[in-house]
Amino acid sequence: MRLVVRAAEVSGAGGLIDITRAHVDSCLYHGQASLDFVARLADGGAAVSVPTTLNVGALDLIHPELNHGDAVTAERGRLLMDRYRALGAQPTFTCAPYQIADVRPSLGEQVAWGESNAICFCNSVLGARTNRYGDFIDIAAAITGRVPYAGLHRTDARRATLVLRLAADVPAALRDSDVLFPVLGIVLGRRAGSTVAAIEGLASGQSEDRLKALGAAAASSGSVAMVHVIGSTPEAPTLDAALQHQTPDRIELVHVRDLRQARDALTTEAGNELTAVSLGTPHASLVELERYAALLGDRRVHPEVECLISTGRDVLPAASERGILDRLREAGVELLVDTCSYIAPILRDPGGPVMTDSGKWAYYAPGNISARVVFGSADECINSAVAGRVVRDEGVWEEAS
Amino acid sequence: MTEVVGRALVLEEGLSLWGGMDPATGELIDAHHPQRGASLTGRILVMPSGRGSSSSASVLAESVRAGTAPAGIVLGEPDLILAIGAAVAEELYGIRVPVVVAPEVGAAMREGETVRIGHDGSVRRA
Repeated sequence: MRLVVRAAEVSGAGGLIDITRAHVDSCLYHGQASLDFVARLADGGAAVSVPTTLNVGALDLIHPELNHGDAVTAERGRLLMDRYRALGAQPTFTCAPYQIADVRPSLGEQVAWGESNAICFCNSVLGARTNRYGDFIDIAAAITGRVPYAGLHRTDARRATLVLRLAADVPAALRDSDVLFPVLGIVLGRRAGSTVAAIEGLASGQSEDRLKALGAAAASSGSVAMVHVIGSTPEAPTLDAALQHQTPDRIELVHVRDLRQARDALTTEAGNELTAVSLGTPHASLVELERYAALLGDRRVHPEVECLISTGRDVLPAASERGILDRLREAGVELLVDTCSYIAPILRDPGGPVMTDSGKWAYYAPGNISARVVFGSADECINSAVAGRVVRDEGVWEEAS
Repeated sequence: MTEVVGRALVLEEGLSLWGGMDPATGELIDAHHPQRGASLTGRILVMPSGRGSSSSASVLAESVRAGTAPAGIVLGEPDLILAIGAAVAEELYGIRVPVVVAPEVGAAMREGETVRIGHDGSVRRA
């Protein structure tokens, strides 16, 4: 409770409110401090008081053989995951809890979520309300069931104050391609920082997977906790609604050159060589797994390339039932759950070059696992995995030169 | 509580400590950050904002435990994640890393100059 009160002081809140759910990121091992903190909670007899899901940990508990790190660190990672489960949290171990139907908060629900991409999805796509809760305060909120009534819990703070408008030079094909979203997310994070923005110029009804990729990238290059995508997110049926009928502080254009620049900056490796392809950050949905399988068709991953897809353990049963897991595995793809390939020693040759379709993975992997990164669309990634070298298809970018 | 004194490390852009600092060494590791390679240990970290990952609270606490943490953090805007990381580190290890918001003083600060953060959270350029 002391932590929740401290949080209230920092956020200048006048009082606390009840939450209905929590998503806890503290279960990912960062060193002894992670274990020391949860031990303090357990010693005090703490338990969660609201339905609580857990974020990724340091280990794939279902396929532990995929971990190539030292056994002691792996064991500590596993211990931490167990400790949080023992506090009463559900062992979901996914960074995409919004893909689990029965724990997904609904419009207007007050919750406390950790994990930057989940925070952004929760506010933007679900219209549920959370602040950017980090480690420690996430579990403190789950235990007390209370958070400070401040920031994005309040309607007024959800108003867009920045408008990002896609300029006329962004070609229609690019506007309607999956690869736009992580790239636009990187631009959004850099421009918005922590302010709430509204994006104008996209067709309405964008898919959850696209919005997920946008938010995850924006929460990496910036501190974006909420974005309105006009015509796609629930609090932005119109620009005027996203602005809460007020005037924005800034209106900025996003030109095709800005997008190209952001895309190019995600690639740190110039050559065509490839050791691995890592997909599924944030954790792939069932729809995305199907798409990867469809892109592969009856082709196989090149024998010298490690191709990995991260997904939630919650996705496995349905994917298995539909035969997607078998198809992917037969093609030489490895499925990773409970963790991710840029936070745990999973890749056989982490230095890469590793190709990814994720803006978030591309952003963090060079620092986290010293990977050289090639960013590309899902099609480019799958084609490259098959070819054993980087295969580019300028496609939607072509007109944009 | 005592005053904290250190040399300023002025970052032009906010930093996510997770993915941005290696708690084992205190080094700035964000490949996209203009000041990659700098050491944060013992410095007064001055930056416009926090950034990115919610794991930054854990990384700050772990760096305090490991003795690689910055001596203090001066921000241009409040950051709950860093404030809570510091509060937990103090609770667990009895070591205080003040996280204060002082946009005007922060903006004027120059790389390498000596900075004092008082027990009341005041920031002074020495």
